[in-house]
Order: sequence, then C-alpha cells, then structure tokens
Amino acid sequence: MDYSDLIQKLLNGNARAVARLITLVENDSEASENIINAIYSHTGNAYILGITGAPGSGKSTFISILTKIFAEEGKKIGIICVDPTSPLTGGAILGDRIRMKDNFSLKNVFIRSMANRGQLGGLARATEDAVKILDAYGCDIIIVETVGVGQSEVDIFRSAQTVVVLLVPGLGDDIQAIKAGIMEITDIFAVNKMDLAGADKKIADIMQMLELGMNYKYKSEKDEDNVALKSNWTPEIVKVNSRTGENFEKLIELINKHRDFLSKSGVMENYRKNRIKSETLQILKHKITKKVEGLISSSPTIDEYIRLVMDKSLDPYSMANLIIKLLGLE
Amino acid sequence: MGEQRKIKVLVCKPGLDGHDRGAKVIARALRDAGMEVIYTGLHQTPDMIVQTILQEDPDAVMLSMLSGAHKALCPVIMDKLKENEIDDVLVSVGGIIPDEDKPFLEELGLKGFYGPGTELKTIVEFVKNNLKR
Repeated sequence: MDYSDLIQKLLNGNARAVARLITLVENDSEASENIINAIYSHTGNAYILGITGAPGSGKSTFISILTKIFAEEGKKIGIICVDPTSPLTGGAILGDRIRMKDNFSLKNVFIRSMANRGQLGGLARATEDAVKILDAYGCDIIIVETVGVGQSEVDIFRSAQTVVVLLVPGLGDDIQAIKAGIMEITDIFAVNKMDLAGADKKIADIMQMLELGMNYKYKSEKDEDNVALKSNWTPEIVKVNSRTGENFEKLIELINKHRDFLSKSGVMENYRKNRIKSETLQILKHKITKKVEGLISSSPTIDEYIRLVMDKSLDPYSMANLIIKLLGLE
Repeated sequence: MGEQRKIKVLVCKPGLDGHDRGAKVIARALRDAGMEVIYTGLHQTPDMIVQTILQEDPDAVMLSMLSGAHKALCPVIMDKLKENEIDDVLVSVGGIIPDEDKPFLEELGLKGFYGPGTELKTIVEFVKNNLKR
C-alpha cells in the first residue's frame, strides 16, 4: 500500500493523518516499516517526557496539568497514553482521556490512547513508532504515559529523554525505595497527592535511597551502562498536587533542569546512540521471532527435531542451536 | 493486512446527562468481546467528541444519551464530523431514544438506537456487522 498521501498530509500538520498513521503502525508491522522509513528524516526535534507510576497514582491527571502549562507556553504537545490489554479476551478499556478533558479542545494538543496488546515493559509495541509520527507532525513535546506499572516495567527509560516517576504517600517503606527496577530509571520523583498524610515520609524514604547511592556509588566499568543510567544526574524530588496544580512550577523547573543537563555535550549523543541500539534490538527480536515461529510451525525438519527431543536423543538447548544453524544465524 | 487488527470503539456521554452506568456496561461488554474501548467520561460537548474521534481514529462511536437531548446534540456532532471529512466511522446512539425520533436520527446517518434491556450480544454483533471499514 502507498502511504505517501497520508505522510504528505502529516508533514503538512494534518491531525487526521496523524491518527490514521498511528492506527496503521498499531495494526500492521509491515506498514510501520514503510511509514517510519518515509518519515524518519523528519524526526528528532521533539522532547520526549515519560510519565510512569503505579495504577491510580494520578498519572493522567498529572499529565493534564502539565499539558495545560506547556500549551500556555505555546508549545505543540502530543500525548500517548498506554493502558493494558486483557490477557483473556484481547480487549481493553482505555480511560486516560477522562482525566484530560480540559485539553480535549486545545488545537495544539493531540492525545492518543493505546492498548499495550500484551507487550510487557509498560508500553505498546507501536508506542515508539507513534512517538515518531507525533515528532514528524511537529510536536515540541511528546508525553508518554505508561500503563500503571509495578516494579519492573522500565521500557520508558529507553524511549523518553526525561522520566518522571509518580509516587503516592502510603505505599511501601525505605526498603521498597532501594529495590531495583523503576526506582533506578527515574530522573525526577514526583510525590503526588501531597495533601495526604505520609507525603513527607515518602520524600524522606527517597532521599535516603538517593543518599545511599551518592555516598557509596558503584560505577560499572562499562561506560555505556553508566550513560544509559544517566549516571551523572542525581534524581530530583518534588511533591505535587495534581488536582490543584500546587507545586507544578517547581516540577517544570526540574524538568527544564534535566533538559539542560541532557543538552550538555556528550550526554545526549550517547543517549541517542543507546536508544538506537536498543530500539534496533527490539525490532530484530520481533523479526527473528516471527521468522522462527514461521519455521517452527511449518518445517518438517523441525518436526523431526521435536521427535528426537521427545525420544530424549536431543535436548531443547541442542535443538535451539540446530534451529539457529538452520536460520543461518550462527 | 493487519496482523493485529483490533476493533476500536469510542463510548461517549454527550451533554449534561450524568448517568453512565449503561455506557460502562456497554464498554465492558465490548472489551470482553475483544475490542479496544475508549471511554471519555461524562459531559462531552460535540466539539470534544469530534476532536476525540479525530485523534483516536475509532472504527465505531457509541453515543449514550438518556437526557432527551439527542435531537439537539446529534445533528451538531454529525455536522462537525462532515466538516472534518470523517465519513468512515460507524456512529450509533443508544439509551432512551423514542421511536418517533428514530427516522430523524437515521436521516443524519446514525444507527443502533438500542435501549435498556437490549442483550449485550446484540450490541456486540451490531458493532461487528455495521463497521464501515
């Protein structure tokens, strides 16, 4: 199929074309390839802000306030909100827009809901592509809201330049704060619902965790690991109230501070290098998996191997190695 | 095409009507039928609804109206869709729709008109069978 008409419209700033193209990249990976191939040279101008946190921590309401502030600054804003797909039926309820009502009619705001379609990691397979489409559309800022996350959905840190993690009072103590995962990929901690009891305790817990990290910092020998973790940045903490907008000036200040940090020489380039690497790896995984699945479901040779494994004259690891050979990937 | 084609539906409450239990039941049923359902909450103006359709690109829109405002709001929504050249989306309205209003709404291009007591299966089938793309 030819997408050049839609892509031309996208580059001319047509919102309907954006919506159509996102649907295409969601539904069809072949279409994604052609579309991204055509728009890639128009991407790279947007600042990508990731918002993550537990279900009900207030991500959508938080984004709604942020969006209003950015919109008042005259920025063009794209928002992608990911919600979970049912593992049982494949259906989904996408309810993030409910909290963003105030921004529905703003001409410079484009909001898109997305089901994760079973992808682990907090985002959907098509999220990266949708970000690129919004980037080519001319968005200055793209806000990506992950599904409500637990501890280990950390894909957002590969996709976003700045990651804000929303925490709420009353969930977990200082041990939760030193666990691996979400807490490690954070650039800014925002303790939402600051009017509730325990907000200051939450901040104390995070500060304690950060202090441990600062005084006894272990640095990996692999330079790229340190860059991936943006290792010279000490995460900032702010408490906010997303219902009233209290303390959002402070939050914006911190976001800008992180942007400045990234724009310093070297950091951004390394970050981009890593991002391209991990994105390509994702694409390769997807493609190779598809190939292998195709092979396994149709090849008589594989049936032969399976029989050998069943007879215990071959084990699954050896069979996997044979398949790798078969694919010419050795 | 489409290794992962999913039916995407927008469930909306236009106007001042504040009762959305029915809309939530429908949203839930469509979800369980494997569709991706966007619910935008109460008190949507025609402008908000059309902007949402424009951005979310759903295959179907289900307007839920119990307030009696359907004859005032539906024409505005349909006009705005036309203005934006959106003509491949199934738009249906349900809730409390008196029989005598149905021809008027049908004329505008709306379908469905399901009310309380409709079997959920009927609504799921209706969506599946009336998609315009």
